[in-house]
Amino acid sequence: MTTSTVPVEAAAPTVPVPPARRRRGRLRTVLLGLPVPLLFLLLWHVGRENAWELPFGIRMGFLPYPADVARGLANYAFGTRDDAFSNLLWEDLPASALRVLSGFALATLVAVPLGVLMGRFSTAHALFDPMINLFRPIPATAWVPLVALLIGYGDQASIFLITLSAFFPVVLGTISGARQVPERLLEAARMLGTSGVGTLLRVVLPAAAPAIVNGMRVGLGLSWVILVLSETTGVPTGLGSTIFLARDVVQTDQIVVGMICIAVAGFLSDRLLMLLFRVLFRDRPLIK
Amino acid sequence: MEHLAAGRTADVRIAGLTKNYAGAVTAMADVDLTIPSGEFVAVVGASGCGKSTLLRILAGFEQPSAGVVEVGGTPVTGPGPDRGVVFQDYGLFPWLSVRENVGYGPARKKLPKAEVAAITDRFIAAVGLTRFAGKYPAQLSGGMQQRVAIARVLANDPSLLLMDEPFGALDALTRSDLQAELKRIHVDTRTTVVFVTHSIEEAVFLADRVVVMTGGAAHGVPGHISRIVPVELADRDVTSPPFNEVKREIAELVHTVPEPV
Ligand SMILES: Nc1ncnc2c1ncn2[C@@H]1O[C@H](COP(=O)(O)OP(=O)(O)OP(=O)(O)O)[C@@H](O)[C@H]1O
Ligand SMILES: [Mg+2]
Repeated sequence: MTTSTVPVEAAAPTVPVPPARRRRGRLRTVLLGLPVPLLFLLLWHVGRENAWELPFGIRMGFLPYPADVARGLANYAFGTRDDAFSNLLWEDLPASALRVLSGFALATLVAVPLGVLMGRFSTAHALFDPMINLFRPIPATAWVPLVALLIGYGDQASIFLITLSAFFPVVLGTISGARQVPERLLEAARMLGTSGVGTLLRVVLPAAAPAIVNGMRVGLGLSWVILVLSETTGVPTGLGSTIFLARDVVQTDQIVVGMICIAVAGFLSDRLLMLLFRVLFRDRPLIK
Repeated sequence: MEHLAAGRTADVRIAGLTKNYAGAVTAMADVDLTIPSGEFVAVVGASGCGKSTLLRILAGFEQPSAGVVEVGGTPVTGPGPDRGVVFQDYGLFPWLSVRENVGYGPARKKLPKAEVAAITDRFIAAVGLTRFAGKYPAQLSGGMQQRVAIARVLANDPSLLLMDEPFGALDALTRSDLQAELKRIHVDTRTTVVFVTHSIEEAVFLADRVVVMTGGAAHGVPGHISRIVPVELADRDVTSPPFNEVKREIAELVHTVPEPV
């Protein structure tokens, strides 16, 4: 710089929250999060002991004790009592995770490009929207018999059901994101020399990123929801298959163990997805 | 500030330009305007008289309903990097850093990486933002964002610079800083500029000629050019009597309500 005007305004300062206060805030959140689950466990235990009958005809006498579930979980993970379920977690979890990942990845791979096209081009929207509206209300459960006939039993059927379920939230998220791209940014890109296809990649995709990421999170969550159902298709290993096996041998604690494992896996996979985005995007403002 | 080398420049020829919007709104009719290469033209006029429409047609964002629009002898058919547009709301890509925003145009031209980097650095320096090159737009003030937007179009070496109330959202101090910077940039590059503004003072300070438009749907007359006022002041001191003489003359024209037809 040789002369005159140096920018006088500075970037808006971000006031950092003092770490002590932030820690106190987190502690408060943790403390407030505890009482309700603890009460739930206590009621569960007492209800089991007294064989309470609850609305909906819930007979708590048929439940395992929370402590039984904890023991079952230990056995499932570390083989603490040597039965049919000992150590199975380390076979079931990878098998299930692989199905979820394959189904979800396949769904995303199709849904994002299709959603971008449908969000930006009325012709593409007119072509595919009726099909999406036709298929979306069909629950995955209703697909199971047909899939059994068309694909048979096994991994392919299982992955197909997951793909089908994860597809809709991702495509709908992408469509709404692609529609809301500020016109100004498209004008800016074109005036800077971006081609038509270029604007889809360089403007629509990044501008729609928050909506796409949201759709992907919903889709991934749904993949885990559908997992149990998708493992009724006769796959031998998996968190869902083991739940059905436990039902067949009437081992209720193992059923609950399976439910807990799926919940934890679903939760962790959402965290992993967000971590992946954070690693990919770093501090780039792409996720709101 | 670094001095910039002379850039490309082009003349503008507009003849018989008419623009109808859907719903039978005639935004403007029979606009003729010729701008020689390197000239700085400001466009002023009451709200709705078609200033933005004129600029958007030059940019290629809107198609004229009738008439000729040529930049550098070539008819305008759509937006392109030879005509840089600076918007009032900046239009920066929020997910790109200052450096990536400024380098966006050169990268689209498939220039070698090193050349893109050199061009980018030069124009970031030209608007005094070298220290902020790694920041994202949301981390910058409005004035800094508009500097980025200006650097971003200049990096494309446009032959015509189109600016629609670019400083309209800025505070007075930042605004006068940017006016001075723009003037200096224009002296260096000699790029033709069409600058829409609501501030007559800004128009007189910056422009070689001030185009005054009137009419518009609200007046029942299509928007049109009422007068073109040359600004022949050697010294653009906003407090000097001759400067205010020109300002007053243009203000009177702007406030004259056209007769409905
Ligand atoms: N996309 C559009 N569709 C329909 N009418 C439009 C459109 N854009 C502008 N107009 C109309 O054209 C006329 C001129 O608008 P324009 O935006 O060019 O005015 P302007 O001089 O830039 O006004 P301002 O000073 O408020 O920015 C107005 O009557 C406006 O309502
Ligand atoms: Mg306008």
